[in-house]
Amino acid sequence: MVQEHDPHTHDHHDHGHAHDHDNHLEPTAARVRALETLLVAKGLVDPAAVDAIIDTYENKVGPRNGAKVVARAWVDAEFRHWLERDANAAIASIGFSGRQGEHMQVVFNTPEIHNVVVCTLCSCYPWTVLGLPPTWYKSPAYRSRVVVEPRRVLAEFGLFLDAATKVIVRDSTAELRWLVIPERPAGTETLDEAALAELVTRDAMIGTARVESCLSAATDSPVDREEPSA
Amino acid sequence: MNGPHDVGGRAGFGDVMPDADEPAFHADWERRVLGLTLCCGALRHWTLDESRHARESLSPALYYSSSYYQIWLTALEALLIHHGEMTREELDDGVVHQAGLATERCLEARRVPSVLATGAPTARTLESKPRYRTGDRVRTIVDHTKGHTRLPGYARDKPGTIVEIHEAHVFPDKNAHGRHAGNQDTRGQSEQPEWLYTVAFECQDLWGKGGETNTSVTLEAWESYLRAE
Repeated sequence: MVQEHDPHTHDHHDHGHAHDHDNHLEPTAARVRALETLLVAKGLVDPAAVDAIIDTYENKVGPRNGAKVVARAWVDAEFRHWLERDANAAIASIGFSGRQGEHMQVVFNTPEIHNVVVCTLCSCYPWTVLGLPPTWYKSPAYRSRVVVEPRRVLAEFGLFLDAATKVIVRDSTAELRWLVIPERPAGTETLDEAALAELVTRDAMIGTARVESCLSAATDSPVDREEPSA
Repeated sequence: MNGPHDVGGRAGFGDVMPDADEPAFHADWERRVLGLTLCCGALRHWTLDESRHARESLSPALYYSSSYYQIWLTALEALLIHHGEMTREELDDGVVHQAGLATERCLEARRVPSVLATGAPTARTLESKPRYRTGDRVRTIVDHTKGHTRLPGYARDKPGTIVEIHEAHVFPDKNAHGRHAGNQDTRGQSEQPEWLYTVAFECQDLWGKGGETNTSVTLEAWESYLRAE
């Protein structure tokens, strides 16, 4: 998809929508500003509510939430069973519930089964535990390809799966929201729940990555994984 | 509908381009579009299903040449016009010509935390029992529709297996086209909930020789998407 803006030139917006240089607004930015101005003038939108929504998803809700769920599942067998029985209640018990996470589903990746999540029709994603989806997750490239050739797509992410590993692609067509619990990496037996949560990445909870062990991360050594034959 | 959004299995979109350090937004206006879309949804003129339908109703040329939040913006303008909250003239000249309608439902900032924390659950109670059981073989319907549906094109008329039975959920094919307008008398009538299932399809059944081995795709299907195989 066409990106109108170079992201590297737009990382300085840290004070909401207060632009003082309308003449320099790009067409889409001007169009959005005009729409907001009309909606506020009509009493349909409270601009402070827009600010509060942005603040929620930019600063408060994100993949650190999901990482806490994963780490708890790794260290607490009872919690893991609760996730299997009633993911919604188990996740809510840590404090994560609400919009785009109303009906949570959890799947566990194992050496035998690898789950990966997509929404081919739009961009359904578990906001409560992962925040807003990354651009690649929303892109037609990912949505179109991962249901046909998941192994090839995952390999492009650097995730090489054994042919004996069953791949299950989860196309999110309803209001159920899927969270992948990745495998706990080897060599993490001595880490506590908080330290484990630090290892968990967003992509691992979508299913496009594994969680790497802290040992390999700390030494920056290549992770022991199966590479495809050249 | 066979809209531009229904991309599963389509070719030509290129490589997936992951960016590890990607910001949540690439421009300030994207932030505002997210916030405005959620605020306008709170006016309750339309359902989430109707807003999805508005996005997938963009012409293919416009849909594919727009960025994600540009699609949201175009759909939001269309929804506001369709439901009488905005006119094309107002959007064009930036001057208010008519008063807002649903002003009493304007989402105030102090309500944002509770509204986001509550969300909009779609599970409903149904008197009837689910028709299918886990393990049942089913086939998806093939019915073409010009309206909203959550049965992707690649999964029509395909054999699959019920792997999980969920609660009954609001049926998007109806809920995208109901009358809402925040009217207590009409709200909910278009929900027409149905039992929801997770159905698994083997890739060979979806893609023939073009599918990868030892892979399957699951999706959520409402009961009327399915027939006994």
